[in-house]
Amino acid sequence: MADNVAETAAQARLLEPDVARGWLATMMLIRRFEERAGEMYAKAKVGGFLHLAIGEEATIVGSTRALRDQDYLISTYRSHGHTLARGSDPNRVMAELFGRVDGLCNGRGGSMHMFDLEKRFMGGYGIVGGNLPLAAGFALASDYLGRDEVTLCQFGDGASNQGTFGETMNLAALWSLPVVFMITNNQFGMGTSLERHSAMTDLLRKGEGFGVPGMRCDGMDVADTYAVTTEALRIVREERRPVLVEAVTYRFRGHSMADPEEYRTKEQVDEWRKRDPLSVFGDQLVAEGILDADERARMDAETVQRVDAAVAFADASPHPSPNALYDDIYVLGDQVRGWYSVDERTPTPHRGEDERSMDDADLPQHEHAERAAPTPADDAQRDED
Amino acid sequence: MRYREALNEALREEMARDENVLLLGEDIGVFNGAFKVTAGLLEEFGDKRVRDTPISENTIVGMGVGAAMIGLRPVVELMTINFSLLAMDQIVNHAATIRYMFGGQVKVPLVVRMPQGAGHQLGPTHSHSWEALFLHVPGLLVATPTTAADAKGLLKAAIRDDNPVVFIEHEYLYGQRGEVPDDEDFTVRFGVAAIRREGTDVTIVGISRMALTAARAAKTLSEAHGIEAEVIDPRTLRPLDLDTILESVRKTNRCVIVEEGWPHGGVGANLAALVQEQAFDDLDAPIQRVTGADVPMPYSKPLEQIAFPHEPQIVDAVLATIRDR
Repeated sequence: MADNVAETAAQARLLEPDVARGWLATMMLIRRFEERAGEMYAKAKVGGFLHLAIGEEATIVGSTRALRDQDYLISTYRSHGHTLARGSDPNRVMAELFGRVDGLCNGRGGSMHMFDLEKRFMGGYGIVGGNLPLAAGFALASDYLGRDEVTLCQFGDGASNQGTFGETMNLAALWSLPVVFMITNNQFGMGTSLERHSAMTDLLRKGEGFGVPGMRCDGMDVADTYAVTTEALRIVREERRPVLVEAVTYRFRGHSMADPEEYRTKEQVDEWRKRDPLSVFGDQLVAEGILDADERARMDAETVQRVDAAVAFADASPHPSPNALYDDIYVLGDQVRGWYSVDERTPTPHRGEDERSMDDADLPQHEHAERAAPTPADDAQRDED
Repeated sequence: MRYREALNEALREEMARDENVLLLGEDIGVFNGAFKVTAGLLEEFGDKRVRDTPISENTIVGMGVGAAMIGLRPVVELMTINFSLLAMDQIVNHAATIRYMFGGQVKVPLVVRMPQGAGHQLGPTHSHSWEALFLHVPGLLVATPTTAADAKGLLKAAIRDDNPVVFIEHEYLYGQRGEVPDDEDFTVRFGVAAIRREGTDVTIVGISRMALTAARAAKTLSEAHGIEAEVIDPRTLRPLDLDTILESVRKTNRCVIVEEGWPHGGVGANLAALVQEQAFDDLDAPIQRVTGADVPMPYSKPLEQIAFPHEPQIVDAVLATIRDR
């Protein structure tokens, strides 16, 4: 699907065995991580919604690996894979799913809201389309500050129908902002198929009317995704203008764990599974002699161990202290000296966020809340239910 | 100096002081701003820092959020507070929430300015008073400056603050004059109420323009009824200087809250709850609220005029608290 330039780049890149093995290893990590996350959800170790990216690994790894360290990546509520591919510690990603203090966001965000500033992974966002303006803002700041960093903004086919899509395309083109918008077209906006939610199903063309040219890659092929994204990033970086990339892919699991999948046939899923990006790419590397079968099996076993370690780490990490409830609402300083100053004084005055040094045990004011709050014991109960 | 000029001076001074301050908004540059608050700034600072935007409120606020996360200090102007509803997703789900949901990894030093208020026959989509909508949201700071000096001092403080600030101006106040300190480092700290008039008989809390209307009512109360009202302008609603209000109520034992916004779930409803929780024993009469009418703002001049509070209603509300004496 890629143009000639991109194909050449991809092939050149594939000649580097270490790079190819690295891609495969990251795709394996995402797959095994997601599988274990699903199991942990079934065991009620993970709460809320859990959106897995199984099937989309090639899109995630191919696009993310095209970024340099200084570039920004922003994603959606389906973002475990993106933050892992960007290099976040799997322990901390799993701990975030568990809602623990050692999670990437100290247990505040959960599955839908990962964030790792150090890796310039600028967040997963739960509002469909809400991240597009932010991405344009990052790009505006990069330009304003005269830095050559660029932004890669990931969103789904469903988000291309939001108002922010058109608004952001227009602004990014109008102001020549260095941002690649990547539509992960996994064929469904939740349970509504592409042809039922978008009049224009050639999603790469949806930016054209706003002055944003489109490209398309095979999102089931990590090398093609890498090549096309690399070319898109090159255009953005060198020509200082936005580009839209449609990655055509498929999610093998439901929209979230709570999805009976009544909107698609088993035959369709099976058809796409034949193109499983992980097995196809692994087979390809073995066929090309880049990897032997034993090494592949060993990589997979190591990945499973890595994910098991992440689960153990997450499970051992404590729940956030009740005393942390009001942390980080505000940047404290001269104007805001603790949430107390923002007028919440009932039922008993809290001493304020600026006095966090006190012992957790010394918290009579939290008794009301704690009586009603679920405890880890309740989690175990849910498991039995 | 007029209120709008004070705001303009605040923007000019902060832009000169910090090159990471930039302005985004509809018609703020070539047009000089719908209410001329940004007049002359494009000429002075250029189109890199004063950016006319398309009519895309949600996205320009969202870009401000993104740019703030990277380290800029964007000031976004929305043409009226009614248009802020188009940007509510970015203001509430993003600006106010990002620091908390990401465990404190980033800050969002963004200011979103917008005028509110009735009286210019702008009808049901350009005239409302919605500080209560933003007061509701943890993670935001909310300023409602009444005087020219506060407009300047609070805006400068807002731009320097590391939190997202919803800065609510008032269309009627843009043309009002007031003394403004010359000092370039003059700021007004958030969370410090101003006592506009001292008094011993009743506490009147006035929000936004209603602080001025309350001060006029206080004069009438003194001259015609011999009642000395203490008039408090909270100036910021988040953080709120509840201590100053409580101290006053403990002295006067009566409290009237005046706002231009709607009554249900309003600033007054919230404040009345806080005051009765903290100072119930000090109250000699039920707290009175004077609010805008519970209707969309009508265009007709006489209807519009009775849809937001005026001096006589405040006088009546005060008298109602005293009648029981």
